[in-house]
Amino acid sequence: MLERKDIVEEIKVIVFSLVDEEYGVEVAQVRSIEKMQNITRVPRTPDFVIGVINLRGVVTPVIDLKTRFSLGQADYTESTRIIIVAVEDMEVGLIVDAANDVIDIPINSIEQPPAVVGGIKASYLRGVAKLDGRLLVMLNLDKVLSNEEIQAMSAMER
Amino acid sequence: MDMNQYLDMFIEESKEHLQAINENLLALEQSPQSLDIVNVVFRSAHTLKGMAATMGFEKMTHLTHEMENGLDLMRNGILAVSGDVMDVLFSCVDILEGQLNQIIEAGNDSASDIEVTVDKLKALVTGKPASSSVSDEEVSGIEVTEDGLIFNEYESTILRQSQESGFSAYKIMVTLNEKCIMRAARAYMVFDAYERTGEIIKSDPSVEDLEEEKFEKDFMIVLVTKKDQETVRSIGMNVSEVADVIVTQVKVEQQPEPVKTSKVEVAASAPSVAPAVSSKAAAPVVDLKAQAAAQDQKKMQIGKSVRVDIDRLDVLINLFSELVIDRTRLEQIAKDIGNGDLIETVEHMSRISTDLQNLVMTIRMVPVDTVFNRFPRMIRDLARELGKKVDFVIRGQDTELDRTVIDEIGDPLVHLLRNSIDHGLELPAARRANGKNETGRVELVAFQSGNHVFIEITDDGNGIDRDGVLKKAIDKGLVDPSSADSMPDMQVFDLLFHSGFSTAEKISDISGRGVGLDVVKTKIESLGGRVVVQSTPGQGTKFSIQLPLTLSIIQAMLVQIADEKYAIPLSSIIETAIIKKSDIKRVHRQDVIDFRGKVVPLLDLENTFSVPRDEENRQDEVNVVIVRKGEKMAALSVDFFIGQQEVVLKSLGKYLTGTVFAISGATILGDGQVALIMDCNALIQ
Repeated sequence: MLERKDIVEEIKVIVFSLVDEEYGVEVAQVRSIEKMQNITRVPRTPDFVIGVINLRGVVTPVIDLKTRFSLGQADYTESTRIIIVAVEDMEVGLIVDAANDVIDIPINSIEQPPAVVGGIKASYLRGVAKLDGRLLVMLNLDKVLSNEEIQAMSAMER
Repeated sequence: MDMNQYLDMFIEESKEHLQAINENLLALEQSPQSLDIVNVVFRSAHTLKGMAATMGFEKMTHLTHEMENGLDLMRNGILAVSGDVMDVLFSCVDILEGQLNQIIEAGNDSASDIEVTVDKLKALVTGKPASSSVSDEEVSGIEVTEDGLIFNEYESTILRQSQESGFSAYKIMVTLNEKCIMRAARAYMVFDAYERTGEIIKSDPSVEDLEEEKFEKDFMIVLVTKKDQETVRSIGMNVSEVADVIVTQVKVEQQPEPVKTSKVEVAASAPSVAPAVSSKAAAPVVDLKAQAAAQDQKKMQIGKSVRVDIDRLDVLINLFSELVIDRTRLEQIAKDIGNGDLIETVEHMSRISTDLQNLVMTIRMVPVDTVFNRFPRMIRDLARELGKKVDFVIRGQDTELDRTVIDEIGDPLVHLLRNSIDHGLELPAARRANGKNETGRVELVAFQSGNHVFIEITDDGNGIDRDGVLKKAIDKGLVDPSSADSMPDMQVFDLLFHSGFSTAEKISDISGRGVGLDVVKTKIESLGGRVVVQSTPGQGTKFSIQLPLTLSIIQAMLVQIADEKYAIPLSSIIETAIIKKSDIKRVHRQDVIDFRGKVVPLLDLENTFSVPRDEENRQDEVNVVIVRKGEKMAALSVDFFIGQQEVVLKSLGKYLTGTVFAISGATILGDGQVALIMDCNALIQ
């Protein structure tokens, strides 16, 4: 068997910031990055579901990642961006404080997440990448976008 | 070679050919003498055989080959068009359809069992025509010329006609070289060469036998051409490995055929010409003449077309709505700047994009014919099975509906048609006893009116037994006996669609009527349509279905609550009204209003949707929209009515679909904003 170190596979990652932390999602899962725009509120949805936007003719739901991760209230500025991500055939916009960078990171630099990271449930995290002193929190989008909470909430309504 | 890339094409084309065979066989049953139709069927079967063989589907090839043999006998006038023959041919089509489905699902045609049908076909082919009455008169259609050539009626007609129009007919004896190895290929080359100069109307042995090399070294063909004898000979000699070609002129007497005797017709059981008189005819008759004629006409009009993936169309429509939004912005900017040239250009662009918008929307429209065309066959089988005589008429098959509606409407229609034939029409004897024509009439009519398409199924059967339905409804506790007599007919017949009726355990005259009709109603309502029944005792029943032209565009009323805009589908709105706050009453902690003598619950949408509002709403009047769900009503309070408009229905995205309370979707307004569409059914408990 080959040592894992011998094959340095790299993935391309989009880096964005929430509060004072840096996060990463794989480029392959990102459709586009949009500026903040008018959002139509959808009533009776969890508070992290900000609403829907018109994304080139397709109505796309938008969630606020800060609210999702309980990192405090959203405060939209010039640098606020909506990152449109796709998991399977589901497209969702993620509101982030800023989208900073596109970088390549070696897969073997991703480590298991520490037991507790800033209050975010560990299942949302794929791991933490260490790069020259920078710490990049890699998201597990499948978990972030699972609509269990919405389902649970709408079940309560009925 | 990898055939998979051709599989889709093969499947699509096979479907078309099978449909064509089906339609033409139905037409043939009506006019058994028509050799043209036999030829068309033959060609379709032949093409299918070729396609199946290329793709390596052996069983399909085998079956189509046997079909071809049978059809060949038919077009040569040896085998008559009889009910038995038609049954076998129809069952072939069924099996072929089964094989095709198998190919679609499993990628091969091996599992289907075709032996029984092939045996039946072979029995037909091996000179034992099912009907014994064929022989004598049949033979008289065959003509023998002086040089020993035998022509059937069809061939001699062609010969005579071609001679009249200045063509010559030659009998060509071709002898191949002794050393010729691929004789079938040579024969093909000879055929090919002659087909370029004229038409080959006969060969001995037959083309199939030649293809399979079932001949020694010589064969004969009869060619109709304008070329002279010597040229014809040299054409044949030019093919390599041909040893000799002998060309002789064929003479056919010029005298016209005596009065057309119905040679083939005899064998066909009771053609529809005189259905009322023929007493022996137990076989049911389906009259499709009108339809066949209509189809002929349609075929002339069909232009070239392209198959388009519906997803691509959706993308196109999305992109287009983007363009429309930009157009609105451009118009605004042009107005602000006030440059004449710019305004003119923008106006021109607006006109073009409006035309384009209409065009894009119509691309999704498909004629209902794509659904209707499978019914004649179904009706034929059903009539045969039940021993009824049906005159089935289709009108308005070019009426267009949105593709999504078309895909869904087939099953409900099948249900209603079966219902009409099975329960609506009486047996021939009963009809005669009631002084009606033995042949019942079922009409399937489609037409467009305003923003809706209507589909009506009418039969001239016995009608629905009002008292029977009522009695059953009372038994089931659906209707109060005291009010039963005063119920309007329409309401009584509507009971048939009640789900309670469908579970009827005993099939009596009227419970049979109700079987599964609730499913029909649910389906049609899910498409945004309605279905009503009208019936006159002894004269028949009419099911009338009203459908929206498209599912993707709906008429809606736009309303505003604080700063938010919502769309309410017009189909659920009864009317709008303005009421005084003082007229709002409370019943059991629920706001209600008095609307035309009815107590209607009032829903405060601001609360229901928790709409944020900056300042308090101090109006002393409330705008309400009265909506309905079936018989139930509710009043929704809103701030403003923006107005009625057509909106394009969009989903909320997979992430939210099905989880949001009282919102069924969204639409994009002219300014690019998203407005949510209310689901009134969820608001009314």
